[in-house]
Amino acid sequence: MSRHLTQRLAFGLLILATLATTVPIVLIVGYIAAAGLPAISLEFLTAMPRDGMRAGGIWPAIVGTLLLTAGTAVVAVPLGIAAAIYLAEYAKDTPLTRAIRIAIINLAGIPSVVYGLFGLGLFVLFLGFGTSILAGSLTLAIMTLPVIISTTEEALRAVPQAFRVVSISLGGTKWQTIRRIVLPQALPGILTGVILGLERAAGETAPILFTAAAFFLPRLPNSPLDATMALPYHLFVIATQVPGMPVQIQYGTALVLLVFVLSMNFFATIIRSRARARRQW
Amino acid sequence: MKIVIEHLSVQYDDGTESLRDISLTIPANQITALFGPAGGGKSTLLRALNRLNDLVDGVRVTGRILLDGEDIAGPGVNVTALRRRVGMVFAQPVPLPMSIRQNITYGLELAGVRERAKLTAAVEKSLRAAALWDEVQDRLEAPATALSGGQQQRLCLARVLALEPEVVLLDEPTSGLDPISTAKVETSLQAIKRDYTVVIVPHSVQQAARIADLAAFFLQGELVEAGPGQQLFLTPKDQRTNDYITGRFG
Ligand SMILES: Nc1ncnc2c1ncn2[C@@H]1O[C@H](COP(=O)(O)OP(=O)(O)O)[C@@H](O)[C@H]1O
Ligand SMILES: [Mg+2]
Repeated sequence: MSRHLTQRLAFGLLILATLATTVPIVLIVGYIAAAGLPAISLEFLTAMPRDGMRAGGIWPAIVGTLLLTAGTAVVAVPLGIAAAIYLAEYAKDTPLTRAIRIAIINLAGIPSVVYGLFGLGLFVLFLGFGTSILAGSLTLAIMTLPVIISTTEEALRAVPQAFRVVSISLGGTKWQTIRRIVLPQALPGILTGVILGLERAAGETAPILFTAAAFFLPRLPNSPLDATMALPYHLFVIATQVPGMPVQIQYGTALVLLVFVLSMNFFATIIRSRARARRQW
Repeated sequence: MKIVIEHLSVQYDDGTESLRDISLTIPANQITALFGPAGGGKSTLLRALNRLNDLVDGVRVTGRILLDGEDIAGPGVNVTALRRRVGMVFAQPVPLPMSIRQNITYGLELAGVRERAKLTAAVEKSLRAAALWDEVQDRLEAPATALSGGQQQRLCLARVLALEPEVVLLDEPTSGLDPISTAKVETSLQAIKRDYTVVIVPHSVQQAARIADLAAFFLQGELVEAGPGQQLFLTPKDQRTNDYITGRFG
């Protein structure tokens, strides 16, 4: 085969692979948008569900997902960043820290339903939080922590070592160096990891299934110990558990969840590309 | 005598003995040049003088280094305070990822200096001392990475001078610079030695001969000989020094 032909063949295959991955995504998003858009209205976004969720809106599910995501962030972000700083900047390379790193990587791969069961056992039952936003947020936080820790650690390690040496040589302490040089430089990478982790938390059903989610609760929660509706679980319920459900409402709910998650993703991409453009190393 | 080094040995974790029983006296307000082939331990010695070796895991330092009579090699030294007294310029200029001005004020701010007037004065004074003021005075807020390599290296010198240290260490500061930038750096070193004690690892024997008031020849962790620059380069006592400076070697 001529070199020219091989070249064209390889090129064609690569294009094919790209299409094979992007076309279905575009189709799915497009289909959900087309089928869900007619359902979207101010009432749909801001009203309580009625008629056994067959009419009205999804307001409590939207609020529930926002609260669960915020609760997850409050717990997982500071804890995850602190753990990553310890691992990247302070921990010596010992068998113990190596074991911790491997554990974190493996935790990221555990199926989310396992986190759900863990949350049920620890937070709902043992600690007595009941099915609640608190229990759900803590469960989601534990699921999200490995992602935040490993992306943050990677972002910290990507900051050139020479900056640290310079800062130390100018009389900086280790913590001053981390706070004034390393963290600001790593911030875009950290934010990207945080958002991607939270985005996953926002979209998951299994972890909140036994820990936070209410089947039907047409009011807003008024304490962290209340159960809540949430978009992914609500979608699961109206798609499988309620007979005579209008298809429009199902796709409308899916669309809202999709927009929520994709806009977080979009935000992360913007942060990253802006930081790339500004970066001086 | 500014610095008195007594029986200093430095050993790395992997067993490399980078310095063996070094004793050397470094006078104040002069330029002391540590020269010799690569791997001789020159950088290790500089890093011992401001305790940057502390950043290397498992390094073992024995012996004493007296700075104004006070041992700075042992335990219990306030290393951050020491590093403000003994500043360091590295071979590769590494501007911090911030503006020219912020690069200068960084160390002072870490030390707790807040007053704007003080910081502003320090910026101008140190940039002048490093012969960079004329070139950057209108663009102090520009990112430091926008400077040329030679300007970056003078910025790194200014950044050290801003702390008003007593000793300035320079590890092959001109190895990546063109001859004109090199000359500028050498000129400012000649100027600052009135106020500072300068210890430099020059990037060539020629540079050592040009600027050294005192020169010390290092070979594989050993201090072969040290003496006044003029004398050492014209009439070295040790055959190995002679071989090195006449280029028969390394
Ligand atoms: N961090 C380190 N770990 C192990 N060995 C080192 C380290 N730094 C330097 N060395 C070794 O110490 C010796 C002296 O190095 P160095 O002080 O850099 O010499 P010079 O600056 O004269 O070239 C070399 O053999 C080098 O390989
Ligand atoms: Mg060296």
